[in-house]
Amino acid sequence: MTRTTLWEELVTSALLGTDRRTPPADVMAPGRDAPGALLDAAALHTLRRRAGLLPARAAARPEPAPRDDRRELPEPARRRLAQLLADRSAPAGTGGRRGTAPDLTELLPQWLTTANDQGYRAPAAALPALLDAARGRNDLRPHALAFAGPRGLWLARFNPDWKFALRGASGGAVLPGAQDTEAVRQLWEQGLFAERVALLAAVRARDANAARALLATTWSTERAEDRLMFLDSLRAGLSDLDEPFLEDSLSDRSRNVRATAAELLSALPNSALAARMAARAATCVSLDRTEGPTGPTVVVEAPHECDADMQRDGVSPTPPSGRGERSWWLGQLVEATPLSVWSDRLGGRTPGEIVTLPVLDGWTDELHAAWCRAAVRQRDPRWARALLAPPAASPASGPGASSLAERAKLLATLPAAERAAWVAEFIAAHGLSEAFQLLGVCAVPWSEPLGRAVVDALDIARDGGSYPWSFSGVMGLAERCLNPAEASRLEILTATPDEPEGASPGAGGYWSEAFQRLVSTLRLRAAMLSELTATADGRVLTADG
Amino acid sequence: MDEAGVRWTAEQVLALAPDDASRRAGARLSAAGPWSEAGSSDEGAVWGLCKGSGKKPYQTVIDTKGPAYKCSCPSRKFPCKHALGLLMLWAAEGESAVRTVVDVGDGEAPDWAEEWLGGRRERSEERARKGKDEAAGAGGQADPEAARRRAERRAARITGGALELEQRLADLLRGGLAAAERSGYGLWEETAARMVDAQAPGLAARVRELGSIPGSGAGWPVRLLEESALLHLLDLGWLGIDRLPAPLATTVRTRVGLPSPADGPPVKDHWLVLSQYDTSDGKITTRRIWLYGRESGRTALVLGFGAAGRSPQPALPVGLVIEAELTPHAGAGQLRADLGEEVGVPEGGGTPPPGGSTTAAVEAYGSALRVDPWLESWPVTLADVIPVPEGDGWQLADADGESALPIAPASLGRPGLWKLVALSGGGPVTVFGECGHRGFTPLAGWSADSPETVRLT
Repeated sequence: MTRTTLWEELVTSALLGTDRRTPPADVMAPGRDAPGALLDAAALHTLRRRAGLLPARAAARPEPAPRDDRRELPEPARRRLAQLLADRSAPAGTGGRRGTAPDLTELLPQWLTTANDQGYRAPAAALPALLDAARGRNDLRPHALAFAGPRGLWLARFNPDWKFALRGASGGAVLPGAQDTEAVRQLWEQGLFAERVALLAAVRARDANAARALLATTWSTERAEDRLMFLDSLRAGLSDLDEPFLEDSLSDRSRNVRATAAELLSALPNSALAARMAARAATCVSLDRTEGPTGPTVVVEAPHECDADMQRDGVSPTPPSGRGERSWWLGQLVEATPLSVWSDRLGGRTPGEIVTLPVLDGWTDELHAAWCRAAVRQRDPRWARALLAPPAASPASGPGASSLAERAKLLATLPAAERAAWVAEFIAAHGLSEAFQLLGVCAVPWSEPLGRAVVDALDIARDGGSYPWSFSGVMGLAERCLNPAEASRLEILTATPDEPEGASPGAGGYWSEAFQRLVSTLRLRAAMLSELTATADGRVLTADG
Repeated sequence: MDEAGVRWTAEQVLALAPDDASRRAGARLSAAGPWSEAGSSDEGAVWGLCKGSGKKPYQTVIDTKGPAYKCSCPSRKFPCKHALGLLMLWAAEGESAVRTVVDVGDGEAPDWAEEWLGGRRERSEERARKGKDEAAGAGGQADPEAARRRAERRAARITGGALELEQRLADLLRGGLAAAERSGYGLWEETAARMVDAQAPGLAARVRELGSIPGSGAGWPVRLLEESALLHLLDLGWLGIDRLPAPLATTVRTRVGLPSPADGPPVKDHWLVLSQYDTSDGKITTRRIWLYGRESGRTALVLGFGAAGRSPQPALPVGLVIEAELTPHAGAGQLRADLGEEVGVPEGGGTPPPGGSTTAAVEAYGSALRVDPWLESWPVTLADVIPVPEGDGWQLADADGESALPIAPASLGRPGLWKLVALSGGGPVTVFGECGHRGFTPLAGWSADSPETVRLT
């Protein structure tokens, strides 16, 4: 009997029981009971099998990962990454009180951005943790995947949990080179939708004409929702050269495609559509020549109909419920009209003068709101500046933007320094309770005046006797955005003050804790940055240099 | 780099954490914020005050030469998050351009730290004296006769247990394994309890294992038969122990659960810490630390045990080299050794142990089985192997051949496997791990472009 079949016999006997199935005769010894003999034989077989183990045949080897020629991380930075990644699965926000220790998870995006800027390669052993982190947090994905590089994508192929890394725009590393026209055409015709979007963006970044030509090859056969996404990708690097294609798309079968084409055209002040809109808007808004007691006024005559031409140019005929048709149409016309038109139309005035003109019959809000949208769409800082009320003015007292969301959008069109100065003044005048959204559009690290305004406002809030978690949003932002150089100035705030009369019980201690965390986070960021930017001879480059 | 040896890396510090929660808490405390009066000395001591929720800051001291930890916090975890955080801070400051703590360099320890450090020094000197005295013959058993009688009584109880276990195994085989699936876990629990009564913890643990096999998925009858047969072999070994050659008899005694004395000739060496990992049976956490002796070329296993909720001692930084004396335990095929009290300051690790092919690895396991048939696996280093996906699993394939070892199923879901694959990037790596009949369990890896030991546990 061969060894294998003997073993099978033994297993059968064992399963059924030796009472029902006697073990094979050649394992039975005189004077031995059946179970004993079976166990003896099984022990012998088991050991023989284990001692005689042979290696298996190797399966097909995977293609090696592509080379990554970026620099290797310096040792301290590598340790820091391990530390940041070790903290990543910590539960977010365990109640109001966070203690004095920094929240490392919040620093990971900044670390990754700097490491990418410096051209470092991710350490191989950190890739799984990096991919896991990217999987859990969308905001982290682009940076984490860029840092993970080609080996990260190579690794992601083997684990279904990391499939996300192979999809979407971040799959850039697998796209063919722009010169490889055959490969580009093939991927364009056969690729998955996300691959095609990424491909189009990549080709457009290098050669806008080639991208439009590629798009035109299949345009008429694309599904409506795909056409919409492809059209939307023209937003990046939009120029007058895109006008003919967009103009054609104004007669697209899909209403959403038409609307998007119109929106993009209106962001091109030289386009024919912009001129048509300007002509329409001009008939609606004019200066009253007969100066009243308050000086010249703006007169608004909203459109009486939304004709087929207007609809073709992207004006949506049906207003949302609760809004009048005519004001709805007016808003869309003004929004799509080049802002440069208004100076000529309204007596050669500057934007600043225009927004202070009185408007007849209660049309002020409607008109200003449309100008705000136009300033954002056309990225016009002169108009944005005019429409933003002075930062110290009460938000309700116009002109122009009154909602924080509108202001944040307008601010985003201003140069970074001006933006920071505006927000700093706003905070000095109104405190922190409404500043969160505005702070979000400021460049990081915050400029000195802005940082000082935030810290002063926090200090005032503390003296006012409230609890720090009323400001936890701003505190969290400050930890990430304050210039690390501010740490020493903040030190003094970490002391626990005497409790003033009428203050919330224990608030002083909590504030001291919150400031300690702020200081230690800033220190940590300074260390992080210096580890990533230190040159070989130990010199530290400036954080933003 | 200071004279007090290499500072540990963040990963090495994190490897000391008793659990994930401590690891995260430690990482959070590794920024300067809550710390004050921190410092370190050339002798490997690190200390600091950590501000907690109370008024009085916690006093944390670490002797990196143990390593040993002391903290005034109420945590029962060991090392606590404060010790971990301080070590991380100390590790980071080793090379960082920015010093965030008041001069962690050579310094005088404050009184509260010195008290403990001094106590440790005294105790270790005392032990050294005692050791010398014992070596001189002054020590020894108080009453050898009584000890011999105790040992005889225990042996008799174990024999009773082994006979009873043989009876149970015979009953099992007579009625059939198929019935075992129905009878459930209770039967085995009861038998295991009888083995504990018989003072044979080794047998009890194996019996408990048997109880878990019927629920372990496809192929369970074969595994149950194999394990029953090996348990039967152990019973027979114990019952006929007088006829066994001495080394095998010692192995049987150890496997049954009698303590094996660490009485081999001590080996002083520079030991590379290859891996450290914990397993738990719910009541006791067992820590396994694999060491490789640079000069002796020996591989040794240091075991640590901790009751529920407490992490076992010792904790060694993976990837670093420690100078220490190991005392091997008796028993054929056993690699277990005890770590001496005097552990030098850890140094940089450098190169992996010399490795062999996959064929050499299974051969090493096969030979080890000759002296210990109950061995599950054997420590080996594979040189130039490539992780290769195969079906639902992975293999380690020789870079210059056709042979491969399957990676043990238990390792497949673990982060360590992915680290190994990432480290390889499709190219050859060196891997240390345990090679056995269930496959290969990777524990540490090295790639050509980075000499660092990468933990795979």
